[in-house]
Formats: sequence, C-alpha cells, structure tokens
Amino acid sequence: MKNESLKDIAIKELLLQLADDDFIHSYRGAEWLGLAPHIEEDVASASISQDTMGHAAIYYKLLDELGVGDADKLAHDRPAKERRNAIILELVNGPGYYMKDPEYDWAFAVVRNYFYTQAKAIKVRSLHSCSYEPLAEVAQKVQMELYYHLMHWKTWFVQLLGSGHLEAVSRMKAAIGKTMPDFAGVFSLGQYGEEMVELGLIEGEADLQKKWIEAITPIFESVGLATTIEIGMARGDGRNGQHTEDLEKALETLSEVYATDKAASW
Amino acid sequence: MSTIQLNIEEIYKLLEDVKDPEIDTVSILDLGMVEDVKVSGQDVSVKMLPTFLGCPALSIIQKNVETALRQLPAVRNVNVEFLRSPSWTSDRITEKGKAGLKVFGISPPPRQMKSDGSWHVDCPYCESTYVTMENIFGPTACRSILYCKACKNPFEAMKPMIKII
Repeated sequence: MKNESLKDIAIKELLLQLADDDFIHSYRGAEWLGLAPHIEEDVASASISQDTMGHAAIYYKLLDELGVGDADKLAHDRPAKERRNAIILELVNGPGYYMKDPEYDWAFAVVRNYFYTQAKAIKVRSLHSCSYEPLAEVAQKVQMELYYHLMHWKTWFVQLLGSGHLEAVSRMKAAIGKTMPDFAGVFSLGQYGEEMVELGLIEGEADLQKKWIEAITPIFESVGLATTIEIGMARGDGRNGQHTEDLEKALETLSEVYATDKAASW
Repeated sequence: MSTIQLNIEEIYKLLEDVKDPEIDTVSILDLGMVEDVKVSGQDVSVKMLPTFLGCPALSIIQKNVETALRQLPAVRNVNVEFLRSPSWTSDRITEKGKAGLKVFGISPPPRQMKSDGSWHVDCPYCESTYVTMENIFGPTACRSILYCKACKNPFEAMKPMIKII
C-alpha cells in the first residue's frame, strides 16, 4: 500500500465490506439448497443466493479493476482474518452439516435474510449518490434486483410471525433474539468509516441504522411485536477482521475445490 | 490487396441469430441486451448489458456472440464487453422479443407495476387473465412461475425490471 491515498483505501475497504457481506450471505443461503421447507422455496432461495453471489462478484470485479487482485483470489484465497463481512452473516444455519444431519433453523434464516436484505437495500440506495462513479452505477442495478429479494423475505417474516401458530411465532421470536445482538455489525463501516462519509462514498453508520429501523418498525408493528429495536455488536466487528470459527469452517469448505486448482475459474 | 469492408448491418444480422441460451425463440437483440456495436477496420466491439448480475448465462452469451461474428471472414477481432451502466430494464425487450417469449410459453414482462408493487400478466397459452402467482422466483432469477386457472397450465413470466422501484 505504498503512497496510497486515504481515498483509495476508503474505496477499497467499502468494496471489500460489500463484497464479503454478499459472498458469505450467499454461501449460507446456498446451504439451504435441497433443505428448504418446500420445493418452491428451494427454487426461490437458490435463485436469490445465486443472484447475491452475482452482486459479490461485481464488487470483487471493481476491486480487481483497482488492482487489489482477481475476483477468484479475493473470494477464495483470503483467510478469515482478512475478511470484512459482518459477523451475523457468517454464523452457521444451525447445528450439523449440509451432508449429515443438518438441523438448520429456518426461522433464523428468515430473520437474518429479511434484516440483511432490508439493510442492504438502504446501503445500496445510499450508494446511488456515491462519489465513486463505478460503485454508484453498480448500485442502481443491484437495487432493482434487490426489490424482489426484499419482497420475498418480508413475506416470509410477516407470514410466520402473523400466522398465530405458536411454534412459528416462538421460533421467530427466538431468532430475532439471536440476530439483534450482532446485527449492528452490518452497519459498521470499520476503521475508515469517517473517511468514507467525508469522501461522499456512503452515509454514516448512524444514518443507515436509523433508516433501517424506520423501515422495519411498521413491519414489526404489523405483526404485533414490541417496537423497541436494539442492536449491538456482541461478538465484535467483522469489518476489522474479528470473526468466529464458523467463518473459518465455511471458508475451508467453500475453497476446497478452488484450492485443488487455483487457476480454474468459478 | 483489397480489404473487405465490414458493414454494421451484417453484424446486426448475425447478432439476430444469437439466441438466449435457454430461450431459443428470442435473440439477444430482441432482449435489448446489445447497447452498442462498433466496427473499426476488421475489429468489432460489442457493448452489452447484463439482464441480471447473477445470471450464469452471461459468459455463454459472450462466447456465442464471438463465435457468431467470427463467421465473417473479414472479422479479425471481436471484443464483447458487459457494461455497468445503463442498467438493463425489461422495457428494452422489443415487440418481436415479446412475441418470441410467448412462443416459448413465457409471458413477457408488463410495462408497469401497480402502485402497491404488484403486477399482472396474462396466460401465454390461452390469454386468460385468471392466473395465480405460484413463485416470484422461477428457474432463473429473471423469471417467475404462475398457474393459469382457465387452461390449467403452469407457465413462466419474465419479471418486470423497472428503474428505481
């Protein structure tokens, strides 16, 4: 990073955050393939995950153009401590493994997906006026596609909580209780956050968070949930390289094929 | 030595033969994916717009465009580039493209949505308006699955993609 301007660093950091968030989110989503509650959901969530991976890929491509490294390498060949994704997105879907006794928690998937997709929609909207033009252009396209992702997860969230079914409601409430303490990590902009805002790349963490709360409050109200929404970063800030063992295991699994032939494309 | 002049109509004519890899009744021109074609000497540059960013068919489409244009003996290099801007929107699909989608059993995307974000399409087989949405997401990100209650056929519809919704 010789003689690199603060602006260049801030742009790269922001792109890494956006890319790594979508990358691991897509991976966790893809782990539901064949395990989703019904066939229509299998098709829908797989399609959303694939599309989200496309978003990660375009952010990695922007990083490639800035000379950070090619997309394959950025996606597959960086250890956990170099990843910038929020911790809540890396947590496992539930106990067990994809191939053996997966006890995945659909309520957690719905809550995490809805919360994240809404947060992503707010960040991407903010990026429309990003001073780094290539990112502003990409944001327009991502926003259009995200419309359908958000519609999908909001529907699940409202239906399960509004179902009146005791098990559904209690599992959803437990999932909300599990997601909230780490969710502020999604809004963290990391150690260069102030520069990002000063350079006009994106709005500040507090503004983004406020807009997110404004967006989900009416949805909470519609299903009779208490509306005091408190989020934190209980397990640390992923933007600064703090991560859980869940991420390390996920990276090990997903880069298994890549590691056998690093010249292949994905 | 005489050089063979490439003319742009010829290029477009070949692009007309490059179909969507999954929908062989619709060309990439009909889908509105081709933003610009430039000829410089014996080199052709094609600028395209991806329909969806996560679409896995993009690299296949790119290869098919290159293969199609190389058929012309006068072509030396083909450069296909996917642009980030402008964003592809579903109103770029031509009338011919819409007809081609229907032939394949896919309803073309409606031009607009209602104020609540919902949209309506008719059955591509019997034109009935009596249809239900089974799944917003279909076999690909750009398609939805519907069911016609009149002719009892399941069918797909291309999603509307409209700027700033």
